[in-house]
Order: sequence, then structure tokens, then C-alpha cells
Amino acid sequence: MKPVVISDLSVAFGALRVLHDVSFDVAAGECFGLVGESGSGKSTVLRCASMLWSKWTGEVRIGDRSVREMSAADRCRTLQMVFQDPFGSLHPRHSIRTVLSEPLKIQNIPDRDDRMAQALCDVGLPVDFLDRYPHQLSGGQRQRVAIARALIVEPDVLFLDEPTSALDVSVQAEIINLLMRLRGEKGLTYVMVSHDLAVIDHMCDRFAVMQAGRVVEVLNREAIAGNGATQAYARDLIDASLEYERAL
Amino acid sequence: MMTETAPRPETDTATATATPRRRRTPQALKTAGTLLRFLMRQPPSAFGLVVLALLVGTAILAPVLATHDPYVQNLGETLLPPSGAHFFGTDELGRDVYSRLVHGSRITLTIIFLVTIVVGPIGLAVGTAAGYFGGKVDIVLMRVTDIFLSFPSLILSLAFVAALGPSLNNAIIAIALTAWPPIARLARAETLTFRKADYISAARLQGASPLRIIWRSIVPMCLPSVLIRLTLNMATVILTAAGLGFLGLGAQPPLPEWGAMIATGRRYMIDSWWLVTFPGLAILAVSLAFNLLGDGLRDALDPRQMHKR
Repeated sequence: MKPVVISDLSVAFGALRVLHDVSFDVAAGECFGLVGESGSGKSTVLRCASMLWSKWTGEVRIGDRSVREMSAADRCRTLQMVFQDPFGSLHPRHSIRTVLSEPLKIQNIPDRDDRMAQALCDVGLPVDFLDRYPHQLSGGQRQRVAIARALIVEPDVLFLDEPTSALDVSVQAEIINLLMRLRGEKGLTYVMVSHDLAVIDHMCDRFAVMQAGRVVEVLNREAIAGNGATQAYARDLIDASLEYERAL
Repeated sequence: MMTETAPRPETDTATATATPRRRRTPQALKTAGTLLRFLMRQPPSAFGLVVLALLVGTAILAPVLATHDPYVQNLGETLLPPSGAHFFGTDELGRDVYSRLVHGSRITLTIIFLVTIVVGPIGLAVGTAAGYFGGKVDIVLMRVTDIFLSFPSLILSLAFVAALGPSLNNAIIAIALTAWPPIARLARAETLTFRKADYISAARLQGASPLRIIWRSIVPMCLPSVLIRLTLNMATVILTAAGLGFLGLGAQPPLPEWGAMIATGRRYMIDSWWLVTFPGLAILAVSLAFNLLGDGLRDALDPRQMHKR
């Protein structure tokens, strides 16, 4: 279990500043949420912290090491990511076997067959799925494969970029329960982006509300039900969400 | 396709672990089989396939199929019209045109094969690298491609052959040098459409090197359209080779290259139509066959069609 510390993370695309000094801490083994409207920079935080985008300033530390100083191999075995769209995150021409064995080959991890079987078993898929292709799987099954791919290198931290928003409601619940179970079993630290406060309420201990590239407020889960936010924007966001749920 | 959303119980995983890993070759063969069947169903691509099968068969069996030695001159039998002894007549040196055509198919196939195996990898490598890396790499590689593209290919081939000296091998090198830019452009355009895809990001997070990402993730996505383009290109390659042969810069006499045969037959064309007609028909048939096959492949390799298989 490793904590994640993000301090003064700033990004500019040309003249446009997308993130303004974003800072928050995630305790080891915690599930931390990032909420905000579209374009508020939630996903950008994950893309920067995972070094998919490297032109940022500030610091991101996982455990006691900065992600910038880690080698690609170290980073791979420290943090992994699950993406929003399970239809775009699996290579359409790769069988599940290729999808899962590729990270093992890159990292030179032995016992590939056993690990692949174990990874599929962990996410609740039968082992004979190894020879299937992504177009032969449903959205929920694909997302399970994506989770298996992320976990097969045994990372400490998992970044979840709206892992359920592309799935329908019943499948969402399955994936959320799966993620919660895996966090307990493997001692993972989660940083999860979502715009669904119900999902955040269910999974996260704490969450940060973001607006226009800034962290407005960091709140505990309990703040949702009674709307304990102190900042105007965070109050509005939680109010809107609560109203929406009541209307349903 | 979208069956069962719920995960299956984990009880059957233990038994499934024991099953041996399936081999990949039969899968590839099966795909090739369905591809062939698909191509044979449409008359145009079936025609293309049959003509090309005939071409390959002729090239392999050339010594058996030829009725005469393609190089032996017989000055007593010059410019004879087509007959039972000489199916397609004889040329100005008394050589059998049919036998020369049959042996010429080997030269045509050699040119196509060599040009394709040079052009495909070069075009793919340049295009995918430019598309994946972007920025300065893209600018440099694409400007080089633009320079090659802005020459008329036959003129550029002429310049190369003139510099290297006329011969069949130099013609092949010259054609290859002028044929890769369109492939590179195509591969780059394809790469740009999915370089930002999540599966590429996932591969990067796994610590894959750029070379590995290009080879394992990008090349398989570009391959179908590149294959189609290469097949369509083969017709142009044949025509350029024939054009170089016609201008005396490709295969040198006495090699029975089809373009060169037309070039030498041109002088006797008015009285002896068969000297030009039969090589011309051969070039026409083979170019047409490659075009039709390329068109058929485009339908067969269309991703929407792929999912049906």
C-alpha cells in the first residue's frame, strides 16, 4: 500500500492553463474521488500523474518517490489505469491472451500462463476467455479484462478514469463491487474520476471537487448526504446531484 | 455477440486452466480460407484471383508450358503470323512470341514481388513513425515523402535508371524508390486516427517502448489498408516496369520482358499485329486482375465485414 501525494500540479496547453496548482493527498489504501463538471480537468490530473502527459510542473509522489524519477518499468509496476471506454481501451485485433501477456512480456515477469489465469479469475471471468477477441465480449466483460490487464503487473495504485460511465446501470454496480473487492484483497490505493456522486458516495472515503482546473474543496463522504460543503460551487454541485436523485 | 453480461461462476475456471494453449497458425489459415471464399464469391475479384493464379502457375511451369526456347533465333521463320506451330506467331528474329510471353511472366512476377517487399515495409515504417511520434519527426519524414511524391514516378524512375545504368535490377530499385510515398502517407493517416486511443495509452503505461507500440499495436491496425493499397499499386508497378522496358531502360534484350517486347515489336506493328497485341493483352490482363483483386480485398478487409467472420 502506497500513498499518493499531488502538489502544485499545473498544466498549460499553449496559452491555456488547464490545471492551476492542484494539490491533494491520498492515504495508502484509500479510495479518493475527483468530481467536477466536464472540462474541469479531472482526467487531465490522472493523465499527468501517470506520465501519459509529461509537460507539467509540480510534483506527484507515490510512496516516497516522484513519478518523474521512476523508470518506465518501475512506474508500470507502481501505477496502472483503467479507462472510461471499454470499447476503446482494448486493441481490437488482440486476443485477450495477447492483451494480458503483453505487460508480462514487457516487464519480464515469469509464470505467464498462471498469472493470466489468476488475473481472469480475480475479475470473475472464465479462463477460456483468453482466446476471445474484444468484439466477442460485452461492455462489462471488456471492462473486467481492462481491470485484469491493469492488475496483472501488481501495481500499488490504480487510477480509475470514469470506469463505469460507459456501462449500463446493472453492469455498473457489478464493476463497482468488483473494484471494491479487489481493493480490499490487494491493498490497492484508488484515485477515481467520476461525475456521478452516487458512485463516489458508494466507493470513496474522501473526494475533491474540481472546477475550471482548480480543487475547490476536499470533502469526506459524509458531506454528501447532508451537503456539508463550505464552498459555494461544491454546495451547488452536491445540491444538483441530490435533487437529481430525488427526482428519479 | 453481446451475450451474457453476468460473469460465469468461477467453478469452471479450474478445468479450463488445464486445457493446453491453442496454436495460432490454424487461426491464421482459417482467416485466409474465409478471405479466399469471400473473394471468390464476387465475379470481379474472382476474375482477378483466377488471372493471378494463372500468372503464378505460368511462371512456375514456364519451361513446361513454353513450346520453344524463348531465346533461340530462327531467321528462316521471322514475323510468322499465329498458327499451330507458333500460337502467337514469331518476332523479327524468328523467336516464338508465346514462349517469350510465358517466360516473361517470371520477370513480371519478380518485379512485383521485389518491389512490394521493399515498398511495404519502408512505407509502413516511415508512415507509422511519422504518425506516432508526431512533431519534428513527422515534419521531417513527411517533407521527404512530399519531395518524392512531387516527382512524376516514371520521370523519377527514369532519372534513377539513367544514373544507375539500365538493367532489370536497377528498374526494380527505381520503381521501389518511387512507389513507397503513397504507402507512407496512408500509414500515417491511419496511425493519426488512433494514436490517441486508450489502448495505445494502456500500452504506454505498461512500459512498452515506442518501437514495440508501433510494431504490436499500430502496424496490425494499418496492415489491411496498406495491403489493399499495395495490391492496387501492383498494377502501376507493372505498367511502370513495362514503360521502362519500352523505353529501353528496364529489362535489356534478349530478356522477354513484356514492355521490352512491345518496344521492339513497335517497328513491325503495321504488318505484324501479333508482336504488340499479345504482350499488350498480357499487361492489360494482369494489371486489371490486380486492380480487381485490390478492390475485392478492400471489401473483404473492411472492419465491419471482419466482425461478421
